[in-house]
Amino acid sequence: MNGAGGGVRPAYQSIAEWLGTQRLDDLKQKLVEAEALFRRTGITFTVYGTEDAGERLIPFDIIPRILSASEWRRLTRGIEQRVRALNAFMYDIYHRQEIVKAGRIPEELVICNSAFVPEMIGVEPPLGIYSHILGIDIVRTSENDFFVLEDNTRTPSGVSYMIENRETMMHMFPDLFAKNRVAPVEDYPDQLLKTLESVAPRGLDREPTIAVLTPGQYNSAYFEHSFLADQMGVELVEGHDLIVLDGALQMKTTQGPRQVDVLYRRIDDDFLDPLVFRADSVLGVPGLFDLYQAGRVTIVNAPGAGIADDKAIYSYIPEIIRFYTGSAPILQNVQTYNCRKADDLAYVLENLPELVVKEVHGSGGYGMLVGPTASKDEIEAFRKLLEAQPENYIGQPTLALSTCPTLVDAGVAPRHLDLRPFVLFGDQIRLVPGGLTRVALRGGSLVVNSSQGGGTKDTWVIQE
Amino acid sequence: MLGRTANDLFWLARYVERAENMARMIEVGYRIALLPRDGEGFHEEWRSTLASAGCVQGYFEKHESLTTHDVINYLLFDCSNSSSVKSCLKAARRNGRAQRTALTRDMWESLNGAWLEFSNINQAGVTADELPRILDWIRSRSALYRGAMLNTILRNDTFFFTQLGSFLERADNTARILDVKYYVLLPEIEMVGGGIDNVQWGAILRSVSAHRSYRWVYKEHYRPWRIAEYLILNRAMPRSLRACYDQITAALDQLGEYYGARSACNDTASATRRILTDGDVNGIFQSGLHEFLEDFLFRNNRLGSEIAETYHFNA
Repeated sequence: MNGAGGGVRPAYQSIAEWLGTQRLDDLKQKLVEAEALFRRTGITFTVYGTEDAGERLIPFDIIPRILSASEWRRLTRGIEQRVRALNAFMYDIYHRQEIVKAGRIPEELVICNSAFVPEMIGVEPPLGIYSHILGIDIVRTSENDFFVLEDNTRTPSGVSYMIENRETMMHMFPDLFAKNRVAPVEDYPDQLLKTLESVAPRGLDREPTIAVLTPGQYNSAYFEHSFLADQMGVELVEGHDLIVLDGALQMKTTQGPRQVDVLYRRIDDDFLDPLVFRADSVLGVPGLFDLYQAGRVTIVNAPGAGIADDKAIYSYIPEIIRFYTGSAPILQNVQTYNCRKADDLAYVLENLPELVVKEVHGSGGYGMLVGPTASKDEIEAFRKLLEAQPENYIGQPTLALSTCPTLVDAGVAPRHLDLRPFVLFGDQIRLVPGGLTRVALRGGSLVVNSSQGGGTKDTWVIQE
Repeated sequence: MLGRTANDLFWLARYVERAENMARMIEVGYRIALLPRDGEGFHEEWRSTLASAGCVQGYFEKHESLTTHDVINYLLFDCSNSSSVKSCLKAARRNGRAQRTALTRDMWESLNGAWLEFSNINQAGVTADELPRILDWIRSRSALYRGAMLNTILRNDTFFFTQLGSFLERADNTARILDVKYYVLLPEIEMVGGGIDNVQWGAILRSVSAHRSYRWVYKEHYRPWRIAEYLILNRAMPRSLRACYDQITAALDQLGEYYGARSACNDTASATRRILTDGDVNGIFQSGLHEFLEDFLFRNNRLGSEIAETYHFNA
């Protein structure tokens, strides 16, 4: 919240004054109300392996995170550049692989990568786009420094929380919105629908039919799947609702089969089509991939889009941006040590207590070491893991993440944050002003993942 | 609409209706169990309640004898009983959650709220003092859901399948209650005409919340053939078989219109409705009340299967 000089930054001025007038008990009461609202609305995520007690709330904090218009403009430029470059990269590696031929990225890093889908070689997705829906994880380390921590190019989740957090805040604190010019986020579903329509199969002579494919109600992100389908007014389907018939993807309706043109899938590549990928998958549709290759249906995001958010590829992204856009990256990457390289490994092993070490294919904050807060035993355990399989890990410096006032048991205290803006890429790039702010609720913690005790905040972009 | 969605909406409506009917039947059973009686009489009353709910066999797989405590807990909270209130609410919420996109926010919140509140009820064993409050709560929750549905749902196939589920279930319930108790409505019993019969007749009417409206409609004492007529043929009585079939044929007609194609289900439903519009209670008693009800239950079930098949519920 504060700037370099220690004073409250202008964007936060109004909320800081408001906070000064609030009683702690009232704020806590508001928090209880907010949680009741979330639970009644069913804004929950499912904890795997259980049916009954399995639905939890993601903790919500009622103090918003705020970005100024100029900060948002800069982020927007950087994100757009990144999204175009990532898609150009994917088109290239599934076609001529110029970047590999030019020696800018090692061949085995692409070809031997488990996220690389060889079946996609030569496939021409509509508009040449692979990743239409992205979540770019960004951290701030000082007043002017933003870093991209991760690009989520497969099926980023959390956008429903962005919208529902705002709904809840507007419901509970209408005054705050009257006093601050907060850019709205509610038209995200509309923008998503436009994006999906714009990538319909070529030569379709009618309005495309869109559907959202979910693994079902026991999936952790099921709320979001149904939320998005509902807000767009399209069917939410499961694999067994779909069938390949007469050379088209059809959903089984009360009036017989109806064609689906664009499938926004929220299942992983592996499960899409048992005839091509995992044969034991019951979540997907046999024959779907053939149709996709033939251009009869569009899968969003495209199979194989995960290659661009692989943690081992991550450190090459500045290079990728330069290669495809011819200009320098606007948003910085975090310095990353690829432990597959001997020099980097040596550096990481020497500096474990200062570094964050992550598994290349891990996610959700599992399998990572935060050096400065880890015990000696934890560090030594990680040292053994690193020595055994160095290619599985990357190391990064521990960043001084920005903080925002957050309501905790003891009162209002600073907690570390990150930011995930959601980007849509179809006939144009669409970026709703805001995103999902995740906050580490434990004092001093840098891990914001909800599976690790993280919460969320409403994210405000102040209009000028 | 997906066939799976239609299936889930149909059954969601059935489960909510079933939970409400169950509460009503428990209330009546409990009321009779409180009456002074000689010997073991009231235990047989619980057997009737279990029979109306289709739960006799399941109950005796778990319990050796009929006790008020065991019956009530079996019908309210036992998850192994697929018709218990808990099972119904759980299945209703599961179906609703699977079809969030088809439910309005009001419908979902009332359904989800019911489930969350129900989870807070002490289910270890309900005491007599708590029972009326819980039964009231179930009925008010069902009413709230139905009100939310009627006020907010789009009048398209979402609504029509919901109506079909509600009224097929309700017709099934009314017919079962009558069939389990048909013998107390037979003419020779009326000759006996003691106080117990009055209680039995009253119980049938209470099971469908009709004991007060009966007086308003007929302006006379309970008479068994009147009761049968009221619950089978009276179009004004909202839980009568006739009223249910008015709603069912209307929903099927609207569905046919909406989809631009009538189906064979319309004919099946219309044929059953004609039996109710053209029949009279003397005829029903002459050919046998029990036989009439059995035939009706068969027709009602068959209609459910035909709807499921015609509209690809399990495609």
